Amino acid sequence: MPYQQKLVTVAGYTVLLLTAAIFLFVAAQAWPFFREQVDLSFFTGDRWLPVSSPPTFQIKGFLVSSLMITTMAIVVGCPLGILSAVSLAELLPRQVSVRLRSVFEMTVGIPSVVFGFLGLTVVAPFVARVFNLNTGLTGFSAGLVLSVMVLPTLVSLADEALRAVPREYAEASYALGATRWQTIWRVIVPAARSGIIAAVLLAMGRAIGETMTVLMVAGGRLTTPGSIFEPMRPITALIAAEVTNAARHSEQYHALFAAGLVLFAITFAVNAIAAAVIVGKKGAA
Amino acid sequence: MVENKHKVSLKDISIFYGKLHVVKHVSVELPENEITAIIGPSGSGKSTLLRSLNRMNDHINGMRITGEAMIDNQNIYADGVDVVMLRRKVGMVFQRPNPFPKSIYENVAYGPKLQGLRSKAELDIIVENSLRQAALWDEVKDRLHVSGFDLSGGQQQRLCIARSLAVGPEVLLMDEPASALDPAATAKIEELMLLLKRTLTVVVVTHNMQQAARVSDHTAFLLGGELVEYDVTRKIFTTPQDKRTDDYISGKMG
Repeated sequence: MPYQQKLVTVAGYTVLLLTAAIFLFVAAQAWPFFREQVDLSFFTGDRWLPVSSPPTFQIKGFLVSSLMITTMAIVVGCPLGILSAVSLAELLPRQVSVRLRSVFEMTVGIPSVVFGFLGLTVVAPFVARVFNLNTGLTGFSAGLVLSVMVLPTLVSLADEALRAVPREYAEASYALGATRWQTIWRVIVPAARSGIIAAVLLAMGRAIGETMTVLMVAGGRLTTPGSIFEPMRPITALIAAEVTNAARHSEQYHALFAAGLVLFAITFAVNAIAAAVIVGKKGAA
Repeated sequence: MVENKHKVSLKDISIFYGKLHVVKHVSVELPENEITAIIGPSGSGKSTLLRSLNRMNDHINGMRITGEAMIDNQNIYADGVDVVMLRRKVGMVFQRPNPFPKSIYENVAYGPKLQGLRSKAELDIIVENSLRQAALWDEVKDRLHVSGFDLSGGQQQRLCIARSLAVGPEVLLMDEPASALDPAATAKIEELMLLLKRTLTVVVVTHNMQQAARVSDHTAFLLGGELVEYDVTRKIFTTPQDKRTDDYISGKMG
């Protein structure tokens, strides 16, 4: 093998090894916690008391918060994202959509702390006023900000899926007397369905993993939220907020890694489903 | 033989893509219930001319057309013509089979559903009749709900023909319908064309001169966008009047 090829191969394996190493490290750090924890109360309990004696570590509240905020982000972001992808791919004049795409791709680079800042100073006060809440720092506000943050992922992938639909389908549809509108919704969008589903799943993965914004905007209450209009703390925010205070190799430290492992498993599962959908689509075509 | 009445008549049709003059002053009348073949080398404007008959060229930026294209004595480019209605009357089959990624049934039912037909019983009848007309029914009647992609290339093309027939066209435009198919599948499509002309007027663009000779009643020879010769097919292939036609059919010209 020429040395260039060897180099590239080594680089490829390095990435794989690094990913595996990260997983193994997290798992190893979480292991001491799971070894002590013999029941499922870690998932089902509501008490996170790291400094009591004995301390208790139960993450139901954080799990529920993560799910609520992610759901909110997807429920709001999906219709918006899919509709903008349709207009980019099918409705707007080509010169306009080319420009919009590049503008849109730039928004990927906006640091999440900036979104968090906007959430804190604009969205949260607005939400508090509209829904007459004591504080706007709630899962609702965080979900709203996240629904905007997932748009670049969602729109660019859905747009790509729509544009990959063969031109021949649209032609056949027009030749049968379909309008543009009918062609879009009855042929093009259904033909891009698996790509759009994959886009939604990847956006979901992005939402679950987002940390800075939820840390700043979600409110940070430690118990299981009764509704999305309450302050809450998703798993990512929990880890970010506490890991600097946790003494190395303390129980809290290992418990945080255990929470991280759960997060890892969730995002891994979501991404794996997305990958399966994409591969499935290629197999069917 | 009694001359059939003219279904399609073109008067001085010119088509431009931007500054490119693709079809030049074509005047021709196509008889009802016949197959008319349009032959000519690549880039001679055959497909462009064909696609002007159901206004599929409208989707191309910078397309301009002059002259009159009449179907049933109605100028299809006149103001106020409903393109959707025109395309129900003038169906089209493409070069490569292009079934939708839907079931066989849904492919055929697509056109009627666009028109708002919801009754399952009526749709069932239309789907069966269209598939029968396209000589595909017997091969697919037990698996109407499998994907159209599960069919062979030739079957897919007949599915596309059935899909066109389901909206009840009077004219069927076929743009090299067999060019992507093997000889056996091609023979089936040709057989089918002969059946279809009993009820339809068929216009077919083809690269394959044997095909034009086998199936068509009239043949138009296009070269560089100009209509060189139009006549009864037998005459075109035995005693062409224009030397360029002779050169083309005898293979002296690509």
